[in-house]
Amino acid sequence: MRATHAPGLRGNDSIERGIVRKKALWFLGLLALLLILAGCAPDATQSPLQPAGSTAEAQKNLFVPVFWTAVAVFVIVEGGIVMIAVKYRRKKGRDRMPPQIHGNTRLEIGWTILPALVLAVVMVPTVGLVWDLARAPAPDALHVTVKGYQWWWGFEYTDQDMATSYDKALEVADVLVVPAGREIYLSLEANGGLIVNDDPYKADYQVIHSFWAPRLFGKQDVVPGRTNHILFSADEPGIYTGQCAEFCGLQHGRMKFRIQVLSAADWDAWVANQKLGGADPTDPLATKGMELFMNPLSDGRGACIACHAIGGTDAGGIAAPNLTHFGADTHSCFAGCNWDVSDVDALNAWLQDPNAVKLGAKMPNYQLSSDEIDALVAYLTSLK
Amino acid sequence: MASLSVPATGGRGLRRPTALTGFWSWFTTVDHKKIGLMYGVSSFVFFIVGGIEALLIRAQLASPDGTVLNADQYNQIFTMHGLTMIFLFVMPMSAAFFNYLIPLMIGARDVAFPRINAFSFWAFILGGLFLYSSVFLGGAPNGGWFGYAPNSTTDPTIGMTFYALGLLITGIASSAGAVNLAVTIINMRAPGMSLFRTPVFIWMGLVVQFLLAFSLPIITVGLFELLFDRRWDTAFFDPTRGGDPVLWQHLFWLFGHPEVYILILPAFGIISEIIPVFSRKPLFGYQFVVFSGISIGFIGFGVWAHHMFAVGLGPVANTAFGLSTAIIAIPTGVKIFNWMGTMYRGDLWFATPMLYSVGTIMMFVIGGLSGVTHAIVPSDYQQTDTYYIVAHIHYVLFGGAIFGLFAGMFFWWPKIFGRQLNERAGKWQFWVQIVGFNLAFGPMHVLGLNGMIRREYTYPASLGLTFWNQVSTVGAYLIAVAILMFIVNVVRTQRKPRGLENEDPWDARTIEWMTSCPPPVHNFDEIPTIHSIDEFWHRKYVEDHKTGTLVPVQAGAAPTHADDDGAHGEGHGIHLPSPSFWPLVAASGLPVIAYGVLYSWVVVGAGAFVMLVGFYGWALEPSVAEG
Repeated sequence: MRATHAPGLRGNDSIERGIVRKKALWFLGLLALLLILAGCAPDATQSPLQPAGSTAEAQKNLFVPVFWTAVAVFVIVEGGIVMIAVKYRRKKGRDRMPPQIHGNTRLEIGWTILPALVLAVVMVPTVGLVWDLARAPAPDALHVTVKGYQWWWGFEYTDQDMATSYDKALEVADVLVVPAGREIYLSLEANGGLIVNDDPYKADYQVIHSFWAPRLFGKQDVVPGRTNHILFSADEPGIYTGQCAEFCGLQHGRMKFRIQVLSAADWDAWVANQKLGGADPTDPLATKGMELFMNPLSDGRGACIACHAIGGTDAGGIAAPNLTHFGADTHSCFAGCNWDVSDVDALNAWLQDPNAVKLGAKMPNYQLSSDEIDALVAYLTSLK
Repeated sequence: MASLSVPATGGRGLRRPTALTGFWSWFTTVDHKKIGLMYGVSSFVFFIVGGIEALLIRAQLASPDGTVLNADQYNQIFTMHGLTMIFLFVMPMSAAFFNYLIPLMIGARDVAFPRINAFSFWAFILGGLFLYSSVFLGGAPNGGWFGYAPNSTTDPTIGMTFYALGLLITGIASSAGAVNLAVTIINMRAPGMSLFRTPVFIWMGLVVQFLLAFSLPIITVGLFELLFDRRWDTAFFDPTRGGDPVLWQHLFWLFGHPEVYILILPAFGIISEIIPVFSRKPLFGYQFVVFSGISIGFIGFGVWAHHMFAVGLGPVANTAFGLSTAIIAIPTGVKIFNWMGTMYRGDLWFATPMLYSVGTIMMFVIGGLSGVTHAIVPSDYQQTDTYYIVAHIHYVLFGGAIFGLFAGMFFWWPKIFGRQLNERAGKWQFWVQIVGFNLAFGPMHVLGLNGMIRREYTYPASLGLTFWNQVSTVGAYLIAVAILMFIVNVVRTQRKPRGLENEDPWDARTIEWMTSCPPPVHNFDEIPTIHSIDEFWHRKYVEDHKTGTLVPVQAGAAPTHADDDGAHGEGHGIHLPSPSFWPLVAASGLPVIAYGVLYSWVVVGAGAFVMLVGFYGWALEPSVAEG
């Protein structure tokens, strides 16, 4: 009856069966373990599953029940496959011709409709939240324009009560500072294309980015020619990290930011300070740094103010991070938020050769001497 | 066979090639089996290259602040990894199976247009080599496999121009192949083989060819616009001059989502053939499986914007595409249950092809379920562009498509080579591969849910992502071990003399097993007449329809070769298309034109001339040499 099989192919059936059973169990166990561990990566500091604001909370609350539904389906389907595989595996010495079942229309219609029903139930809250997240901001929401550059973030506060004492808008780079508990309405704009250079590698370009702080809100793309919005609020003061999520060129991986959430009192103090322009330093080294910053460098090496701005001074460049309060406590990181401002070595390395620490960075190497670097660092960190 | 070896003159100064064996015969062959083999071998070479790229990626990410690659190298390598695995491995490896098996499974002597078939292959391989030549000519593409504009249009390196041109060439290959195979399936089935008696693999093949035929024109438009933006400073995707970056995304994903089904449906077809054989049962609900495949093909064109939920298309679009994405999960789920129904109460023989097939189902289920979580739009705002997506794509395309392709390789190896791959080595390979696979890609779910974005060349230790990245890297290298085991198995198997103890080693069901292993040039001495689905099976066993039990066929009780209508007589008098240089000549004009677009109009002219000569010679040459 089974003469159609070459004997050599079927000789070790029983060994094979044992292997199948053991490995199947082992394998399922491994998968289950992975699933369980999925929830717990204790060191993770940027997890959307640890929400710190209403938007991320709502997104997590939608994901979690769907995830467990998926786990249930996973267990039923994969468990079913393993059970069938173990129960109906070919046994040695048993020559069995199975019943020839061609199908069962009722059953098949059933397993078409059942998943459809599950999905329909899941989609109801989904659609609800899609529309809720697209709602108009509350009247007292704080409006901030987020600008994506290659490869750093700038933030401009556009509300009237945030107007500065100088003639430009309040702008910060790398760290978005917001008050706790208040609704924040972000407008996302792609920026760039401001550094023009004959060498195409040194120019910057307006490309798509995506703004994402996992613990506070899901991402929205920053698309040239469009303005997208994010609505969120943060529950507690603290620092929340985020980064660009859409591939945007060479240093996409190092285009990060922080959101510093302040208590109401700290927020008022921060705003009051930020409305002022950059203060003139008193320390002689920092004063020398300011001179270097505000004037063209010797030997035609260029000028900082061609690209950088410091509010209330002559520095009005728009292509690079605004440095008005570079040394403020809230401004904790720089250059795409990859290094801490408190890290003097990192600042030195950056000024020495930006491309050596961040390949492709748009800030050129100005061949600064170590004296010049010391002076510039003293000046910038004095800008509290 | 005498008619095949008579020398003939092709005219125009070139003698028509006649050799059917030997090194040079591979360059002029129009035999679907040889072309299928060349597709298989060359795409497997690309698989190795893409795999090495994957290992470099994993080496770089094995530790925080990795220094194995710099940002520039990393961006090129992850882009080439994606392009290679999708366009130069899974698509052409599926084409290898389709080429080799479609004529054999439908009882045809070759495909409808054998020379177009050869042209498709040469266009594919030359397109792939063109793409990789960028490595030596200023840098490989570096904008990701979906090359979002305007990053792809403004990037200062030459890579993305190679991307546009290379994908245009491989697109030509796929388009020509799609039309060819669709016509073959529709017109060249054996007597008695109605569409609803074709194997499910043929159905999936047909759906894939239509998906290709309708989706490739869309990306062709996009690639031309990208090329024009890059090369001649047009502004299709430049908003400052009236263009729109989101246009690229619509064009790309309107191709890109059907593409996902182009990649997975061949594997679904393969395992739909394998599971019944190793369960000794017919496929449960043939019609349901076929119609779910067809509906996937249709709905697949209506879900593209779920790749774009974070783009800001607005709540109406996000709602609509969230719903359509949920809907496409239904026919996909149907298939899973039907495969389970096929195995249920079967006589399951876990040989390597069956292990890989069941592995395909089990891994695809995971990818399918994570896919459903992407349809939950607001939750997808958190998941998109993270490693959660990277995990998803690898569970469906590696765990689904590539496991399915391995199932097919082990299953049809005896048919194609007349030798059997070592079963013990195959099973070891499977277990190493599936453990490595889950170690490599399972943790990526965790990484994504903990805020690791895709395409970042490094991550700081402070994000707490190190441990799972290390696990993933270990898994990737385990996969490499499994692939090495496969290569060793292949080399050792192919060194043995050809010959099978049994030309039907798996007790198969479909008619490709009714001819010798490997099949003769003309495939079948006599084309069988088809009476049912699983024709071969029913020639071996008779089913008692009342009890559903099987008995081996009694002499005279079931259709035999005596009933066949095909040409009789050991292949004599069968006229097969003759070998030809012209497809290779015509295809070789394509990369020349592409280099011309990059460097000089003169070269464009030279390439166009080569193509023209190729097509001219082709047009004037009879398909069968006179003799």
